Amino acid sequence: MIYRECGVFKASYQEDMAIFPIPLDKWGVILILVIAVFIVPLLANEYWLGSILIPFLVFSLAALGLNFLTGYAGQLSLGHAAFMAVGAYSALILYGRYDVPLIFSLLGGGLISAAVGGVFGIPSLRIKGFYLAVSTLAAQFVIEWILTHWKWVSGGVFGTVDTPPMKILGWPIDTPLKKYYLVLCIVIPLTIFGKNLVRGQLGRAWMAIRDMDIAAEIIGISLFRNKLMAFLISAFYAGVAGGLITFAYYGAANIEAFNIMVSFHLLGMVIIGGMGSVLGSFLGGGFITLLPIFINQFARALGIPLKTDLLACLDLLIFGGLIIIFLIVEPYGLARLWQTLKEKLRLWPFPY
Amino acid sequence: MIFFFEVFIGGLMVGIMYSLIALGFVLIYKSSGIFNFAQGDMTLLAALALVGFLNIFPLWLAILATLLMMVGLALIVEAIVLRPLIARPPLVLFMATIGLGFLLQGIGQGIWGTDPKGLHIGLSDIPFEIKGLLISQFDLAGAALSGSLVLILVWFFQKSKTGRALRAVSDDHEAALSVGIPLRKAWAITWAIAGIVALVAGIMWGSRLGVQFSLSLIALKALPVLILGGVDSIPGAIIAGLIVGAAENLAEVFLGPYVGGGIQTFFPYLLALFVLWFKPYGMYGREIIERV
Repeated sequence: MIYRECGVFKASYQEDMAIFPIPLDKWGVILILVIAVFIVPLLANEYWLGSILIPFLVFSLAALGLNFLTGYAGQLSLGHAAFMAVGAYSALILYGRYDVPLIFSLLGGGLISAAVGGVFGIPSLRIKGFYLAVSTLAAQFVIEWILTHWKWVSGGVFGTVDTPPMKILGWPIDTPLKKYYLVLCIVIPLTIFGKNLVRGQLGRAWMAIRDMDIAAEIIGISLFRNKLMAFLISAFYAGVAGGLITFAYYGAANIEAFNIMVSFHLLGMVIIGGMGSVLGSFLGGGFITLLPIFINQFARALGIPLKTDLLACLDLLIFGGLIIIFLIVEPYGLARLWQTLKEKLRLWPFPY
Repeated sequence: MIFFFEVFIGGLMVGIMYSLIALGFVLIYKSSGIFNFAQGDMTLLAALALVGFLNIFPLWLAILATLLMMVGLALIVEAIVLRPLIARPPLVLFMATIGLGFLLQGIGQGIWGTDPKGLHIGLSDIPFEIKGLLISQFDLAGAALSGSLVLILVWFFQKSKTGRALRAVSDDHEAALSVGIPLRKAWAITWAIAGIVALVAGIMWGSRLGVQFSLSLIALKALPVLILGGVDSIPGAIIAGLIVGAAENLAEVFLGPYVGGGIQTFFPYLLALFVLWFKPYGMYGREIIERV
């Protein structure tokens, strides 16, 4: 009786196509937004804002990007962290050297990343399945190499570029709270845009391609156009997230922060969160970001002093184990668990 | 010209060792249709275990113990990971092996530590000279070992009864089941063979580069070999390994200085992408005909 779908009559086409047709969903989302914007900053301290919430939101955004590609369009990408790196360096150069306003730098970084993603998406027209998955690794290695060897961008091998102090219209963004709001200002619109994207024509075309590409082609969906759009948009989200994480969290762009492990982590977020689900990207992003912190706290609470290398191994163990467990038990991830919970809550506390 | 051939032959030797890892991928793909991303981590695990066992056992016993461990691992993987995932889409199994890779890394490094270790099996790295060409003795031994392993595997798959059964399984799971080939046993055997290949690769690469985390990344160098040759072709893996080894060595030495070096990391991928554009299933891979 807690989750109620009754009383929704959908008298017009608009109501039927609404983003949240059920009032409870709508109010729930509004409640979460209100909590994120007003309540969290009141309750959270600087550590929570700066070291947990910001990476959680940014990585969720990147995972959302990957989810468009993998979860909706069915094209596996193992090189997504490289697109984040492109976005990060582009945003830094736009902001630091050409004095482009901060928000436009971040979006510009996303656009450049999208262009690069489009280039690496072209092979998807001819190459499929595993062959494509492996060839997306090319993106990871080529981009890593270019970024480290192109002195104009990164200053050479092992180059790190510090972020200049952030300002929007002369107003400095220096505290974790302000950075948190900056991240929210970008993540919320992009998420809403993404949610609408996958409900629309493009998202439906992607899902058709994912389910069976030949059938999709036969009913008139252009494979090339839609696959390319998936790579472009996916890389755009990754690029914006890369820029954000560099400005708001790392404080310096370093290629090591975008290595292949990060690509696998993004993939893990998508799998654990739920493939083909916007909510799942956030659940997965939160899960993977919080997991190491949680393990650390848990070990400390039990009074077991863990060495850092053992902790890293434990991280790997749990991360790998979780991917396998989720694939076996719940292939649609945390998002499906949430669905199941909603089903249960519809009847609870009555048996039927 | 002598220098060109030295670089070329050096590349071929490394290429054979890439083939060795690519072979592990091919074997599992051929007989179960699973793209095993954990092959590199199995290599790392085998090398770590070997170094660990070498502390207590002599060499032959250590190798035997590691061999047993890899076979045991194959049985466990089959029972815990693969069996519940039967009849799932191939990409799901692929992602499960990515998870398995992390798991194996965690186990290996958790038991034997993360610090780099040396692995000495009594091969010297002193180059010798044939008609003015300098050839590394170690590379030659590695190439010989890999080459003989490949021959044994080809014989096993083409001639032996078990090998035939495995090929039948790879052709069609259900048809193989219907003529009485136990599917799960076939899978366990394949993973055990892949584990043995991983052990050989671990010995060769481990004694060359030292045993540490980066060993598992060698698999990433073997992937372009794999897709270049075709994921289900043993000869393809060998030939593509030679091509990739020679090409990346030549590119690094002759092209590298102009662009700043280090192009080995991605040159094989570009090569593979280029070939895949014309042959989407690699040079020798079976073309998949899709129907609605």
